[in-house]
Amino acid sequence: MTKNLAGTSITNWNNYPRKEAVIESPLFEEDLTRFLIEGEPFIMRGNGRCYGDASLYSGVVSSLKLNRILQFDENAGVIRCQTGMLLSQVIDFILPKGWFLPVTPGTKFITVGGAVASDVHGKNHHKDGSFSNHIVSMRVLTPQGKIVVCSAHENSELFWFTCGGMGLTGIILDVSFSLKKVESGFITGKQIKARELNEILDLFDQFKAYTYSVAWIDCLKKGNSFGRSILMLGEHARKDEIKTRKIYPNTSGTLSVPFNFPSFVLNGYSLKAFNALYYAKNLKRSVQTLTPYEKFFYPLDSILNWNRIYGVNGFVQYQFVVPQKNGREGINTILKRISEQGWGSFLAVLKQFGSQEGLISFNTEGYTLALDIPINAKLFSFLDELDKIVKEYGGRIYLTKDARMKPEIFHQTYPHAEDFTKFLAATDPDKKLVSYLAKRLELK
Amino acid sequence: MKNILILGATSEVAIAVADLWAARSCNIMLAARNVNRLEPVKKDLTIRNGISVSLLEFDAEKTESHQGFYNQLQVKPDVVVCVFGYLGDHDLALSDWQECARILTINYLGAVSILNAVATDFEKNKRGVIVGVSSVAGDRGRQSNYLYGSAKSGFTAYLSGLRNRLFKSGIHVVTIKPGFINTRMLAGLSTPAMLTAQPKQVAAKILKAVNKKKNVVYVLPVWRWIMLIIKNIPEAIFKRLKL
Repeated sequence: MTKNLAGTSITNWNNYPRKEAVIESPLFEEDLTRFLIEGEPFIMRGNGRCYGDASLYSGVVSSLKLNRILQFDENAGVIRCQTGMLLSQVIDFILPKGWFLPVTPGTKFITVGGAVASDVHGKNHHKDGSFSNHIVSMRVLTPQGKIVVCSAHENSELFWFTCGGMGLTGIILDVSFSLKKVESGFITGKQIKARELNEILDLFDQFKAYTYSVAWIDCLKKGNSFGRSILMLGEHARKDEIKTRKIYPNTSGTLSVPFNFPSFVLNGYSLKAFNALYYAKNLKRSVQTLTPYEKFFYPLDSILNWNRIYGVNGFVQYQFVVPQKNGREGINTILKRISEQGWGSFLAVLKQFGSQEGLISFNTEGYTLALDIPINAKLFSFLDELDKIVKEYGGRIYLTKDARMKPEIFHQTYPHAEDFTKFLAATDPDKKLVSYLAKRLELK
Repeated sequence: MKNILILGATSEVAIAVADLWAARSCNIMLAARNVNRLEPVKKDLTIRNGISVSLLEFDAEKTESHQGFYNQLQVKPDVVVCVFGYLGDHDLALSDWQECARILTINYLGAVSILNAVATDFEKNKRGVIVGVSSVAGDRGRQSNYLYGSAKSGFTAYLSGLRNRLFKSGIHVVTIKPGFINTRMLAGLSTPAMLTAQPKQVAAKILKAVNKKKNVVYVLPVWRWIMLIIKNIPEAIFKRLKL
């Protein structure tokens, strides 16, 4: 990082925290080496879609201009691309050739490097694991300026600490990963209503065979309807299931939220009204659907800047996982606490994870719940309380969504936290790659 | 299939130009200093478009190498885009001749020497398009950047004369005048958004200008009016202004 540039105010997707940073946007890989050797500490940043301080520091280097395809094997379905390529750009290239992402989160506007650093998961986690499961190999520029090729078999310690390592182990230069063969850009789906929490958890087990499964859950409902949900299931549609339309749909248009909503727009009443309407949208208990992939995977991407509905103060996305063992009880206890508080959002998502390899990845077999909550004065102490319950059930918090966790919670809940910190100390003695998240969680 | 030669290919505008022409199935020759930096771009353009992309070492400042550079091209281009430039450090250049000479050489002499070689070849074969990326800074010398401005002014005049000379041979010459561009050259300077073009916008304008045989193109039309006003301020007043 060079020092001569003026700082810019910068924030990630949830508008919290907001920081001053010097931002570089290099065009070439060699610039990264120069920044590491000559400059001030910094953190790499992709498209800024994380919900917190993971890609914020006084020095920020954007990967967005390093977005080229380096290799593509159309028969085997393996692509190698640079770190700053957006998943949307990858899809635009591979889908017309009959391939899809092996794993995708709920937005396609993240970079490949970000997908690795967060080790993102999707609606198929119970079947296909997280993004790291599909990496053939990647090139990492270590904080000491060495380029290392790594994979699950080669330099595997660096590999596993980089998957989910929040950009702290080195700069991910390019990633080679395998794709999923598809016959169309459509998803045949099924939506099933569950009247309460136990029913939805049963449904997850019952419909395990589906490739994609996720549930929208009403966090505000108490009493008999506590935990009422809609389970959404999906499979890639076969060619013969698409009758009249093009097999690969065009990229759909987008709407935009043009300004930050005033904070009074979202309140207990408006959220309850939204949730009631959303739950009532399906009259029948079970509905079959055929939708373009974008509508199924990225319903919110069609509304650009949807984060602005939470206002200028920003919001927090709270996502935790509790292991399968005692998971039912865990999710019950935590959801009850959330519904009592009444701060739930219209974006609460419940998902059952399958088993997972990794050292510092968030994902582990069990139940994960994610919800957005606008920031208010009492929120952080409430979340600290939730953290403790999550910890008691052997769970943990997703760093990509985190802006406020206390360091002791991280160190007590991530099983390899100590090894991770030691690894970082050994490989980055001069503390070249640093983020506010790393400082807050006492990782560097 | 057309062959496009881009001189100064490591700039964002140049890369955006390559993207657009490659998507139209043209072969691309990328020429720049330390051109290996463009290896990822080469791979990407080849994989996406099934075209041929070559990386050529080229130094705008080394004018003596230019004729040889052009001679050794195995395939001669149909379109040449001369997009290299050097803003330099104006204040340093006032006292440091080396910096001053560098600004003048790259922006004027370097462009003239390589385009002379191109023009001779094009004229012989009676075909081709030459695009020169000049600058609004060349429209009138101002105290803040008249060294860069005077070199670009010379380049603009050169392109105008070249257009005039090559017209009868069926060769078209385009002069592009970007205002501010949101790139490395202006990194750290905050420029008004209304007056600042994105590299992709500049690239799209260049392709459009070539297709429609435009002569002189301001990338953002507002700059034509701004420069019209600046050019028409009487010198007696202009010399007192802080521009």
